[in-house]
Amino acid sequence: MNATLAHKSGTGATPWKSGASADRVFHFITASAAWFVLILLGAIALSMAWGGRLAFKTFGWRFITSSEWDAVAGHFGALVPIYGTIVTSAIALIIAVPVSIGIALFLTDIAPRWSRGPIAIAIELLAAIPSIIYGMWGLFVFAPFMAAHVEPWLNDHLGNKTLIGPLFSGPSIGIGMLTAGIVLGIMVIPFIAAVSRDVFNAVPTALKESAVALGSTRWEILSRLTLPYTRSAIIGAVFLGLGRALGETMAVTFVLGNAHDLSASLLMPSNSIAAAIANEFTEADTDLYRSSLIALAFLLFVVTLIVLTIAKLLLLRMNRQFGRTH
Amino acid sequence: MAVPIRRRAADIIAFLFATAATAFGLLWLFWILWTTLREGAAALTPRLFTEMTPPPGSSGGLLNAFYGSAVMILLGLVVGTPIGVAAGTYLAEHGRHTRAAAVISFVNDILLSAPSIVIGLFVYELVVVSAGHFSGYAGAVALGIILLPIVVRTTEESLRLVPDQMREAGFALGLPRWRVTWQIIYKAGLSAILTGILLGVARIAGETAPLLFTALNNQFWSSSLNAPLANVPVVIFQYAMSPYDEWHTLAWAGAFVLTAFVLILNILVRLLARKGISK
Repeated sequence: MNATLAHKSGTGATPWKSGASADRVFHFITASAAWFVLILLGAIALSMAWGGRLAFKTFGWRFITSSEWDAVAGHFGALVPIYGTIVTSAIALIIAVPVSIGIALFLTDIAPRWSRGPIAIAIELLAAIPSIIYGMWGLFVFAPFMAAHVEPWLNDHLGNKTLIGPLFSGPSIGIGMLTAGIVLGIMVIPFIAAVSRDVFNAVPTALKESAVALGSTRWEILSRLTLPYTRSAIIGAVFLGLGRALGETMAVTFVLGNAHDLSASLLMPSNSIAAAIANEFTEADTDLYRSSLIALAFLLFVVTLIVLTIAKLLLLRMNRQFGRTH
Repeated sequence: MAVPIRRRAADIIAFLFATAATAFGLLWLFWILWTTLREGAAALTPRLFTEMTPPPGSSGGLLNAFYGSAVMILLGLVVGTPIGVAAGTYLAEHGRHTRAAAVISFVNDILLSAPSIVIGLFVYELVVVSAGHFSGYAGAVALGIILLPIVVRTTEESLRLVPDQMREAGFALGLPRWRVTWQIIYKAGLSAILTGILLGVARIAGETAPLLFTALNNQFWSSSLNAPLANVPVVIFQYAMSPYDEWHTLAWAGAFVLTAFVLILNILVRLLARKGISK
């Protein structure tokens, strides 16, 4: 391990031998723990790849292009869960991104100063509520609400339009991709809003004051100064939210319906990668079935890692721009 | 100096939009909390804390689930905290400015947001498969792994906030580096690290997905960690998904206790942290 190369402490001058060797022990312990984090990530990826190898070998590319998921016949194609994951996450972002930016703007420029702290904490509490609570609320309260009030309206007003009609027509059962996407959207709002607020606050005051002095309105400051200035960090925040949405399990499991049919309508039940694993893993009775679910987890893990890496890189760039480290 | 009407209109729309967005965000918070409070308060009985989870169609409590959750959270702390604090110490102190520390810090942030269900499957492959059965130990390991990156991140950030003068003062006294860290830096960063650990506890208390394939669930009283162990989140999941009214009621009661625990912990920690800063 080349971690010992990192030893650059100023303790070389200490005359006590025992101190120096205790130093080496302490350094070794902390370095090992740090490397453990790195190894852990690799081990998770490897173990998913290893567990899913049977499915990948059996089905090859058909695993992600086939929509046939038949446990009895032993045929597993993951197109439906992959599609459901992408669609629900997309709906989540469509809702969460504008709302989060609005919240960030409200917290940095509009709200009375005394109310900013409490409102920010309240929004952060949205992230603290366990996802299983979102799921229960979604199943017992929000899905019936959607079925009774929102989906009939969508059916009547958007269901007969030429282009988007198929998306919004179907039975009003409340359980489906649209409901799951909205719940996911609520869940990622606090993550995107928190980062957006921080970077909005980091816009140099001198710039804002200059804009005000030139007679800009608040809207002009946001659209022509703040957003362009913080663009990469905002995109990073969006990717962070996407990473969260892709992997969210329990809330989606409750309201998505666990159906393995591909349908264009957002009102129809579907499946997501995480929900399929949560629903089916303990019932998977053959090696191939189990391996297929682990293969799904591998795909999810790799995609989430890529998304989160992009998010981190964009946010790091912003931090460097501001000369901050965190 | 009058602003043209179109520009002013755009400004007012932006103002309304931001206010509406915030109201929209808060609406969900209150709606979810209100539902949990209403359904949960109605379901709260003393029996909740004295009786075991019942079979379908009869009433009971959640005692075994509370016990199992508490034990697994504590064990998760035992697994995650020492490694996390040590790793965070490396990133902020001993490995500072090294390439390795930068990479590990980066990877840790990714692990922080990684899907918890994948971590559940990982522990299944690692512990459950080799042991041959589900167990409380496996659940505790899964929770520990989820806690780990949280502790690493908070430790690193807390120690970074300790001013360098304190380190220099320690070195000037001739202390070896480990004693500077142990006796000066840790003391200065302690409350911030504890804050982070408590927030981590709030997080793992509600984690369901990683327990589904590790601790599973147990309808009966079992204090053995080497067997499937009841726990609040999975009980809520199974009972809420069931068709039985009694089970739904118990699920709401569990949801209420869990939400109250998580939110109170969150708010208390934030209040304490703020008090610590203003001092």
